[in-house]
Amino acid sequence: MKIAIPVDENEKETGVCISFGRAPYFMFYDIETKNSEFLLNSAAESQGGAGIKAAQLLVDNRADVLLSPRCGQNAAEVLQAANIKLFKTLGTSVRENIQAFEVGKLAVLSEIHAGFHNHGGK
Amino acid sequence: MKQLLVLSGKGGTGKTTFVSAFIKLADAHAYADCDVDAPNLHLLMGQGISPEETDYYGMPKAVIDAKLCIGCNKCKSSCRFDAIVVKKGYTVDIFACEGCGVCAAICPVGAVTMQPAIAGKLKLYRQQNRIFSTAQLKMGSGTSGKLVTEVKKAMNIKMQKQDFAILDGSPGIGCPVIASLSGVDFVLIVAEPSMSGISDMKRIIQTAKIMQTPMAVTINKYDTNLSKSEEIEGFCLEENIPFIGVVPFDNRAVEAINSGNTIVDIDCVSGRAVKEVYEKLIKIL
Amino acid sequence: MNVAVLSGKGGTGKTFVSVNLAAAAPKAIYIDCDVEEPNGYLFFNPENIVEEKITVKLPVVDHELCTGCRKCVDFCAFNALAYIGGKVKIFDEVCHSCGGCMLVCPEKAVSEKDKTIGIVQQGQSKTVTVKTGILNAGEASGIPIIKNLLQNIKNTEQQLNIIDCPPGSSCIVMESIKDADYCILVAEPTIFGLHNLKMVYELVQLFSKPFGVVLNKCSKGKNPAEEFCIKENIAILGKISFDKMLGTENSNAHIIVRQNAQYNELFTSLLGKVCKEVQHETTTGA
Repeated sequence: MKIAIPVDENEKETGVCISFGRAPYFMFYDIETKNSEFLLNSAAESQGGAGIKAAQLLVDNRADVLLSPRCGQNAAEVLQAANIKLFKTLGTSVRENIQAFEVGKLAVLSEIHAGFHNHGGK
Repeated sequence: MKQLLVLSGKGGTGKTTFVSAFIKLADAHAYADCDVDAPNLHLLMGQGISPEETDYYGMPKAVIDAKLCIGCNKCKSSCRFDAIVVKKGYTVDIFACEGCGVCAAICPVGAVTMQPAIAGKLKLYRQQNRIFSTAQLKMGSGTSGKLVTEVKKAMNIKMQKQDFAILDGSPGIGCPVIASLSGVDFVLIVAEPSMSGISDMKRIIQTAKIMQTPMAVTINKYDTNLSKSEEIEGFCLEENIPFIGVVPFDNRAVEAINSGNTIVDIDCVSGRAVKEVYEKLIKIL
Repeated sequence: MNVAVLSGKGGTGKTFVSVNLAAAAPKAIYIDCDVEEPNGYLFFNPENIVEEKITVKLPVVDHELCTGCRKCVDFCAFNALAYIGGKVKIFDEVCHSCGGCMLVCPEKAVSEKDKTIGIVQQGQSKTVTVKTGILNAGEASGIPIIKNLLQNIKNTEQQLNIIDCPPGSSCIVMESIKDADYCILVAEPTIFGLHNLKMVYELVQLFSKPFGVVLNKCSKGKNPAEEFCIKENIAILGKISFDKMLGTENSNAHIIVRQNAQYNELFTSLLGKVCKEVQHETTTGA
């Protein structure tokens, strides 16, 4: 099972990023192999629709689960359509969140906030 | 950490006047001006400090190479924004161009390319452990929504997690307002007791509701029209929106602002009233 | 003759000046381009309103024809398209209606449908034809509405068109003043007002529009806006004193020139000055 988490830096001791769509990096953690990889989030630089693009990245990288403090409506639609499950992170430690998820302590992320509409153009 | 945004719908109701007063009352260490089109907060809160400036790039803009252009008109006929103008050859109206890239895609000879374009400047004022983020959108630019997001991001990155952040919003209900609303914990709407003010207030409340943000209302210059003020209070009661007080019209407020002070820096009726509104606000937060 | 009224800062009195100028004229068209927060109609209460929906185009994908090449997803500069589970998904609110996805699709699988973003209303209030644009809450851009408002306006020397602009100096303001023959900048005597006045001052010069300033809410104290105009040699068309009675009437959405002779004279004279300035521009070929 592959877990995706938005993070601030591309190193193991990094913290969970408060933004999903514009997180600088995503960390992908494989539960079976215990391997972690970092991916630069190309959506962060987007003028708009960052959440959508970021969610597309997760889909393309075959994530099964997303651990995130928040998620916007548009991104949630992409993730739900791709059957990626969303869970709400607690605190900012990546390590603690992964552990909490593995023992079933994290709650499903159900408060999806409305679209940010901070897109380019006018 | 809580983020408070002050909006109004209508322009000129007193957002910046209230925000500057709140910053003083709360001794806030993190604040931002989300009115990137017509920023004003820095005139009070940025005095005597030199900000760190960063260029802000908006959507790329189309550029036509006249040497390659064959005048086929494909770009002009496919541009949905009337951004291709024929004036001594084919040129791009950079104010109308939205950076969609259709002209570049359709040009049969590769004469159109998309180039990065500076759409404004981000400004960060730092003093000891206070952080004030603002920006100035280049005149006529779009992407104000994204610039607002950058302003907030610049503040968020530097502030301490326990800080209370205050954001000065912009008039209207469009893109920059929606961008400023995202991720804030609470919105205070400063209403004006006039027909225009009430009409605009209702539209901004509708917008904040779509964004699912908790809110409260206060009236500035309430005594300029008592019956309209009552109407606003009645509306809030019906809609179950917390109404946290009123501030009277005060000549001395203008004096304070024009001298570079907030209304709580001098002794005046509006300053005292704003303090009461602030205290009620803190209780809700 | 198209006269645009703008200010940079909100609340300086654009609508107050526009509405009263239009009402003071023998005949005029008042166009409210502040489509996010329109106010003029509250004063005019126009009758016989005719309404038109304003739409933009949104893409629609025919999944039968789509081969999943993702050219549309990759092209979209606004990230309005995603490809999940073998299907293209479109995000309406993010879409800018540029038509690019339809253009790049090699299978012609993308077509378009209309989405309503607001309305334009036209009605009559005595001598004034009132045109109002209203953007639906939640929509990001009012530009298509402003375009519609201004597109069929007859611009002749005899026809007076007063364009009430939105606050600020961003793209929606630019769209509103594009066809203006003259711009009236309304300034208030505060440092905030001056700061924003400077922005629209830059804007009208950038667009080479002739302009003048109306100083509103003037009192005995310092007037930073007036000092600026004097220093920059900007024509001051008129000075309106701060008047509590006026404030109250305005807050009740009353058109002051229709009920007060003194103000009727003030605005008639202001209108006269503006016409003279426009004529001067045209005769000197400026």
